[in-house]
Amino acid sequence: MNARRLRRRLVNGTMTALVGALSFVAVLALVLILGHLVAKGASSLDWNFFTKNPVPTGETGGGVAHAIVGSGIIVGLAALIGLPIGIGTGLYLAEYGSGRLGWVVRFVADVLNGTPSIVVGIFVWTWLVRPMGHFSAFAGSVALAILMVPMIARTTEELVRLVPHSLREAALALGYPRWRTSLRIVARTALAGILTGCLVAVARIAGETAPLLFTALGNVNFNTHIGEPMEALSLQIFQYATGPFDEWHRLAWASALVLMGLVLVLAILARWVLRSRHGAAR
Amino acid sequence: MTTVPLEPVAAPDTRWRVLRGRNASDRLYRGALTALALMLPLLLVAFLGELGTSAWPAIRHFGVRFLVTSVWDPVAEVYGAAPMIFGTLASSFLAVLIAVPLALGVAIYLTEFSPKWVRQPIAFLVELLAAIPSVVYGLWGIFVLIPFLRTYVVPPLRALFGWTPFLSGVFYGSSLLAGSVILAIMILPYIAAVSREVLLAVPASQREAALGMGATRWEAVWTAVVPYGRAGLIGAVILGMGRALGETMAVTMLIGNRHDISLSVLQPAYTMAAAIANEFSEATTNLYLSALFEVGLILFVVTVAVNALARLLIWRVARGTAVGSRAL
Repeated sequence: MNARRLRRRLVNGTMTALVGALSFVAVLALVLILGHLVAKGASSLDWNFFTKNPVPTGETGGGVAHAIVGSGIIVGLAALIGLPIGIGTGLYLAEYGSGRLGWVVRFVADVLNGTPSIVVGIFVWTWLVRPMGHFSAFAGSVALAILMVPMIARTTEELVRLVPHSLREAALALGYPRWRTSLRIVARTALAGILTGCLVAVARIAGETAPLLFTALGNVNFNTHIGEPMEALSLQIFQYATGPFDEWHRLAWASALVLMGLVLVLAILARWVLRSRHGAAR
Repeated sequence: MTTVPLEPVAAPDTRWRVLRGRNASDRLYRGALTALALMLPLLLVAFLGELGTSAWPAIRHFGVRFLVTSVWDPVAEVYGAAPMIFGTLASSFLAVLIAVPLALGVAIYLTEFSPKWVRQPIAFLVELLAAIPSVVYGLWGIFVLIPFLRTYVVPPLRALFGWTPFLSGVFYGSSLLAGSVILAIMILPYIAAVSREVLLAVPASQREAALGMGATRWEAVWTAVVPYGRAGLIGAVILGMGRALGETMAVTMLIGNRHDISLSVLQPAYTMAAAIANEFSEATTNLYLSALFEVGLILFVVTVAVNALARLLIWRVARGTAVGSRAL
């Protein structure tokens, strides 16, 4: 009997240690990746990096200003397209989504959430690039917006559902029409959560590369015209990392550090918004 | 002093219509939201339509041969996608094999064992793994992971299992192994996040019942909590599998991109997503382009099916919640 109790204790202790160790390994992976990014990228971050455009291969001292600006434009435009549709869809699911259509939309959103981004890329290529006859930043933004909508829709729905029913009833009792209740009371109350969902979605798509390969394409020159091919940081990293030159590799690490920094800032901002408004929500 | 009217006062007509949500502005609001919500299903249909039309020439030309033959020759206009289908499945399978123990470990540790104060920080750090862009994983893989595998992982693996066909050939770096390891790191946070939500959805009474009968903490987890959430956990793994199947950039940068089926994990391979990423802009003939669209269509249909299956399983445990759509 005693031996058996000992064995059970032993198993318990071993497994507790094991799952703890596994968690440590997972966190270690993140620390290693971030550590390498800083170690290999930080030394290249100087004034030139942020303000200059690339110089011809062989020369040193170029920057990636065109890619930083390009990423900003492409992602910003994608957010402009994707946020209203995503939030609207989320509100629909929360307010009217109990029927069959709601089930379908919810299911499609979840399924599209897992669609490979490269497939979205070639879809937008057939939809926009082929008919227009040329690559454009706009097509890239549309591809990223398609990736955003299902994510935002589901987080918006979930957070709008958290709003207490009594608030809605109070507004209706005061004679508010449903649409005003929905927008002024319910959505307003869930605003911090919705904002968090949007920030998370933007953080996710900011680093996407595959959907931009055949839409925004990339551009060695500084370009702010959304009807023309445009460089993005992620495209730049792909090109530089797979290229043969040390100078390119150096720039790739620095660009990756900048991109990762942007994504991290967005992610932490999202946490902060949620915490500051919701208190102990989750 | 006035008398109280005995008959009930008829409510003003407009007020009732407001409450039932039947006035013009409410209908407009509902209509607008419905229109926005309809865009997603329409998008799914448009996806299938566009990809199907573009892939049709290749489907008609090659039929089933496309799936089972291995020759991919743009000059002779012969296309067989078997190597990339094999590579996609093999890399995803290996990735899941590596990632599942880690992810389940994280999820179980965070929900059942960890002290309260480390829960949020560890969950946040693991979920940050999901925020790292694919292309950054690729960069890290090329310059850090591959040298690491070459020096520290491949030699001992060879020493132990070198006699099997799975480790034959020369290791140049870009290989099925490198692609699978990077995929494993990438899908780990997804599986961990969804598993965690599934375990959190298991009622506390399950644990309490097991502990009340004298089970150790681990026995409670293994005999009560995990079986209760089994469908959801399987769903989480399948969800991770779905991610791995369609992951593009990091794999493209690490897997070696060779149209060949090799049992050895040390040899270069190819995946469907990588083939599209690499060859789409070089596809000069219509049939070549169409063949790549067929690859995209297969990838899309497979991932949709895999995701649908995963969602249904997860919904059985955590009903209707947007599990995993918020892995950050």
